[in-house]
Amino acid sequence: MLRAVLGAATGIAVGVGSLTLARGAGLIIDDGQVLGLAYLLAVIGFLFGIGAFRFWVTWAAGRQVDPAEEHAAHGTAGDWRRYFRFTTDHKVIGVQYLVTAFLLFLIAGSFAMLMRFELAQPGLVLGKEAYNTVMSTHGAMMITVALISIIGGLGNYLVPIMIGARDMAFPKTNALSYWLLPLPILLVAINPLLGGFDSGWTAYPPLSQQANLGQQAYLMAFVTVGISSIISAINFLVTVFRMRAPGMSLMRMPIFVWALTVTATLALIATSVVAAAFTMLLFDRVLGTSFFRPSRGGDVILFEHLFWFYSHPAVYIMGLPGLGAILEVVPVFARKPLFAYPLAVLSFISIGVLSFMVWAHHMFVSGMAEFFHIPIMLTTELISVPTGIVFLSALGTIWMGKLHFKTPMLWVFGFIWAFLIGGITGVYLADVPTDITLSDTYFVVAHFHYTIVGGTIFGLFAGTYYWYPKITGRMYSERLGKLHFWWFTLAFNATFLPMFWLGIEGMRRRVADYPSQFGGLNLWISFAAFNIFLSVAVFVFNMVWSWRRGPRAAPNPWRAHTLEWQISSPPPIQNFDHIPMVSAGPYEYGGGVGVPAEGRAAQ
Amino acid sequence: MGFGEEDPAASRSNMLLGVKLGILSEVMLFGALFAAYFVIRSESGGWPPEGHERPELLLPGLNTLLLVSSSVTMQWAVRAIGRGEVATMRRALRVTLLLGSIFILVQGYEFATNGFGLDAGVFGSTFYTLTGFHGAHVLAGLGFIAIVATRARHGLISAEHHTAVEAASYYWHFVDVVWVILFSTLYVL
Repeated sequence: MLRAVLGAATGIAVGVGSLTLARGAGLIIDDGQVLGLAYLLAVIGFLFGIGAFRFWVTWAAGRQVDPAEEHAAHGTAGDWRRYFRFTTDHKVIGVQYLVTAFLLFLIAGSFAMLMRFELAQPGLVLGKEAYNTVMSTHGAMMITVALISIIGGLGNYLVPIMIGARDMAFPKTNALSYWLLPLPILLVAINPLLGGFDSGWTAYPPLSQQANLGQQAYLMAFVTVGISSIISAINFLVTVFRMRAPGMSLMRMPIFVWALTVTATLALIATSVVAAAFTMLLFDRVLGTSFFRPSRGGDVILFEHLFWFYSHPAVYIMGLPGLGAILEVVPVFARKPLFAYPLAVLSFISIGVLSFMVWAHHMFVSGMAEFFHIPIMLTTELISVPTGIVFLSALGTIWMGKLHFKTPMLWVFGFIWAFLIGGITGVYLADVPTDITLSDTYFVVAHFHYTIVGGTIFGLFAGTYYWYPKITGRMYSERLGKLHFWWFTLAFNATFLPMFWLGIEGMRRRVADYPSQFGGLNLWISFAAFNIFLSVAVFVFNMVWSWRRGPRAAPNPWRAHTLEWQISSPPPIQNFDHIPMVSAGPYEYGGGVGVPAEGRAAQ
Repeated sequence: MGFGEEDPAASRSNMLLGVKLGILSEVMLFGALFAAYFVIRSESGGWPPEGHERPELLLPGLNTLLLVSSSVTMQWAVRAIGRGEVATMRRALRVTLLLGSIFILVQGYEFATNGFGLDAGVFGSTFYTLTGFHGAHVLAGLGFIAIVATRARHGLISAEHHTAVEAASYYWHFVDVVWVILFSTLYVL
């Protein structure tokens, strides 16, 4: 860690120093170029410092990598320092991702509280500029949380175990994809010091071309996160397609693994498009190109197309892992096989394919080509069919099940309600005529919070409670878990349901002030939003306290059938003593035969 | 993997699949850049825009020949190591490195003498961004091949262990194909 910080500092010093010298020599260099070079070198210095490249340097120099050193990089069980090092164990990386994501969730949540503070009453408190920066930072950070928390955290921890592997296919690149994240996250967090940015996470030019250095910081950070997510996607796909245990056929994979497989495919294909778009935008800012400068032949709408070509699939990169976690939890607490498993798999795949054909529904009011409206509207409506099937798979499993209302299952019910509202209101935004009226109002804000919080965050909480005993070896407090669920869910609905109404009434989003007739509802919303934050405090307390003091968890407290529950809690460092032979599907609950959970995976 | 028990065949097929997937994401990267190029080009009245001229075809034409031949020599290296002829492979890698390096030098000379810069409107923007991104990939490919050559010199590459040669060749052919498309769209059509 210390060396990594030193490496980053060296990078910054070299970057700033060399350009200052160049300036002294009479070259014209603007602050953006200094920031760009300093950041680039800082990331490289940080990675060298943390030791990300040491094995590859050895390999490239034509020497044999020392197996003992490789083994040491895997970390020793019980050594807390491995969480702060370049550790190649997928379980450590999973925890690193998960903790990072929750920390980011808290920071981004605090930014949301600042927004609700400003919006509680008409008039200005923080001021317009500050509000814009707070709003943009909240968005950028929450997008990152949604992108990395489930696939990076729970996915890294669980996917190798669930398919019966000892680790990911490329453990070193896995660690690299995590250690690419701290600097961009820090850069976004300190963007107010660089003047902030007001474009929101979408960064549309021309605003994003003119705005402060904080804008550039965001663009560079997002490209870095993108590179990390491409690397991690490759790793997931190779792991799933090449590392499954004998007998673990594709159609015996837990549905969570399937959801992440589709997610990784989307991330792999789509992310480089947004990286290209943001790079062109950065070049426009820093190197004087004119891709998105209409005055010099560039095209602003081109940016929106490239941006949404990634960012609509990205909605599914955020959403599918949540749906996967929900479907993983349902059969266990309904004691029934997952309803229509093959159809659910097929639906995940069709969502993946269709998600590349709907991006322009974000652009109905952008002035793009008219002929594009109707086809995009139809494909958007079409994608609700496979999404609906996934939803029905959860409902069908619950139907006539023997329900156990443990905390994870409560989040499933919270998800069903929230995602239903999110899905139905999406139809109004897919239809061109209603979208034109509702565009850029609080209706949109309410809709995407119902889908992303409803899909991803509810899925994240369901999954975190469900796998908590496996990851920590301790039980969380069921009472605090339930308190968290009810408080969060009620406050969440109290916050976002009224926003639909505000949107229909015409209250604009992304604006610090509003007409006074909306004052009453906004005060209510701010009050409810503060309650969301308080409920998360309960969650944090429960997680931290139970990790230290919670009762020891049994290997399989939920009597679940998937592989991760057949090993000890927490799992041994190599996951399995012997690679298991898989002889049945993951959800063979009930049916009167009473297959004992332990009998399923003979190790 | 680090447990010293992995199967080399599995590790090889993992590596090659990883490289193929990586190339897929690179295809999307260049796809986005080309999409931007074609959209901007179709919106301008005539290409190149008034006041701009395309570079002469002589040097880029020569570069095309260089890069296509280097793909052939790279494949020669893969074939050679498949038969276990390490010395031949090393020769083929050196020729590939030489051809690729001349390509970069010629490209650098062209950049320096073109007479227009990155800030020359959309023409300069698209031209240098596309060729620049490609050039960076050529450099990365050369680095990859140089590493493979170094490992071969240390005797770490043999008929049984030559995944890196194959991986480098996939990448190198990809870079070559991108250049052929770049050459035909930016310089010729």
